[in-house]
Amino acid sequence: MKKFLTVLLLTAGMLVTAAAAAKDVTLLNVSYDPTRELYRQINSAFVAQWKAQHGDNVTIQMSHGGSGKQARSVVDGLPADIVTLALAYDIDAIADHGLIAKDWQQRLPNNASPYTSTIVFLVRKGNPKGIKDWADLVRPGVQVITPNPKSSGGARWNFLAAWGYALRQPGGSDATARAFVHDLYKHVPVLDTGARGATNTFVQRGIGDVLIAWEDEALLARKQVGGDAVQIVVPSITILAEPPVAVVDKNVDKRESRAVAQAYAQFLYSPQGQDIAARNFYRPRSADVAKQYASQFPPTNTFTIQEVFGDWRQAQKKFFDEGAIFDQIGTGN
Amino acid sequence: MRHRVLPGFGISLGYALAYLGLIVLLPLAALVWKASGIGVEGLIRLLSTPRTLAALRLSIGGALLAALFNAVIGLLVGWVLVRYRFPGRRLFDALVDLPFALPTAVAGIALSTLYAPNGWLGKWLDPLGIKVAYTPLGVFVAMVFVGFPFVVRTLQPVLASLERDVEEAAESLGAQRWQTFFRVILPMLAPTLLTGFALALARAMGEYGSVIFIAGNLPMHSEIVPLLIVQKLEQFDYAGAAALGAAMLLLSFALLVIVALLQRWSGRWAERSR
Repeated sequence: MKKFLTVLLLTAGMLVTAAAAAKDVTLLNVSYDPTRELYRQINSAFVAQWKAQHGDNVTIQMSHGGSGKQARSVVDGLPADIVTLALAYDIDAIADHGLIAKDWQQRLPNNASPYTSTIVFLVRKGNPKGIKDWADLVRPGVQVITPNPKSSGGARWNFLAAWGYALRQPGGSDATARAFVHDLYKHVPVLDTGARGATNTFVQRGIGDVLIAWEDEALLARKQVGGDAVQIVVPSITILAEPPVAVVDKNVDKRESRAVAQAYAQFLYSPQGQDIAARNFYRPRSADVAKQYASQFPPTNTFTIQEVFGDWRQAQKKFFDEGAIFDQIGTGN
Repeated sequence: MRHRVLPGFGISLGYALAYLGLIVLLPLAALVWKASGIGVEGLIRLLSTPRTLAALRLSIGGALLAALFNAVIGLLVGWVLVRYRFPGRRLFDALVDLPFALPTAVAGIALSTLYAPNGWLGKWLDPLGIKVAYTPLGVFVAMVFVGFPFVVRTLQPVLASLERDVEEAAESLGAQRWQTFFRVILPMLAPTLLTGFALALARAMGEYGSVIFIAGNLPMHSEIVPLLIVQKLEQFDYAGAAALGAAMLLLSFALLVIVALLQRWSGRWAERSR
């Protein structure tokens, strides 16, 4: 009898707390440009799950824009609960301003990046210039479209992929990599400011023979123009792009939204979150989900930022800072 | 004591000054304050890199050429719209304002669609070897587009108020048409034309949205100063971006002062030639 009473009281207590805790929560996810579709689906799935488990009504607001610009907005006071950006360097910049703990990349699995992508080539129907690998991009008469690494996070992945390729060729060194990348940018007729702009230049304006692009962006472009006009070429070696995720500590503490924000970040790693990522052309981390989408993502030979460049801060300093290698090599003509 | 339309001169003046300070001066002061972090030496180093110089050359040179082009064509268009009556005149008149109303990014995308080698105009120009999109010429085209209404709209009221009997007098005294235009009409229009020129120039120098879509954005070749500023921000280099912005501000200000001086000079010249 006593036991029964305890259980009854406990249940009643839980019900009361649940009812008292059922509240309206808003989260702001500050993300980068091409993730609109992805997060629209993630958000509605997460909201439904949280409602079922906790009874709270969660509303998730989104902000999209260039990754670097978004990081700057958060530094300048945009009250993001969670940031989902294109590269770790941008989240590092937020951490440098004291809004996120410095060890953010160790707080979530897989370098705090729930899904990955790689850098691939998009070529025109039938691959008229016979482009198979990085070396083909610097053949005479081949025009390459890639955005400007100084203004686009995505373009920095492209640059580093090319560098890593050259470095891993027989006899590869910093000098040969530099020569290769220099040569590559001489084949670029237009440097768009962002990845989406470069895709438009290639697909809509018909400029260039090959677009260096994120795999998700290439798959999306192929889907949108119909499978015939363009095709995807996977190079022999490329970079593993790991777009990271972090909870913005200072903001969630102030807004008392930490629990929901953390659950949201973890939801990205759940089977459902992974499935949504895969459907939006991002490579899932989960082996099970990856198996289901094996036909969409051919196996690739990739290297990570850590393996070749140490980390993003070092890569940024060596290649993209004022007067660093990208500025030195110059481009075009 | 003179009669005043606005009541309470002291209050309305104070209000106007405070408002101007809040909306115009404060942001500009913040810009200069942020830029000061870089120091004089840093500013000189920043402004003297070949890449910055090339961008300044394109931004200022392109804006000057575009404003000149607009001054000539804008005068012509303004003249036609004021002096002649023809079907569709009101529609044409309304079209002049379109570059004001259109978001500049939309204009940029439309222009690059039009002038890309596979675009409506580009596919005819390309075989002739004229490349517009993704070259400095494209920058010029975008700058002409955004600056055009300034010239037409500043000139129109003055053109409408020109008295025809002056022209008739010139003609009756035996002046050729070109003489009437260059010695009678143009001096009267000069100060206003310069105002339109200055406005178009200032707009073109700072233009970002429409230019980046058509420029190609290659360093040393087709990169404008506002793009350099955006790139600096992208690298979290606030001081460098603010310094470039402040430099552009100073340059625009200097150009506006020169134009104002020219205006006064041409105004006096017009008075004398009457």
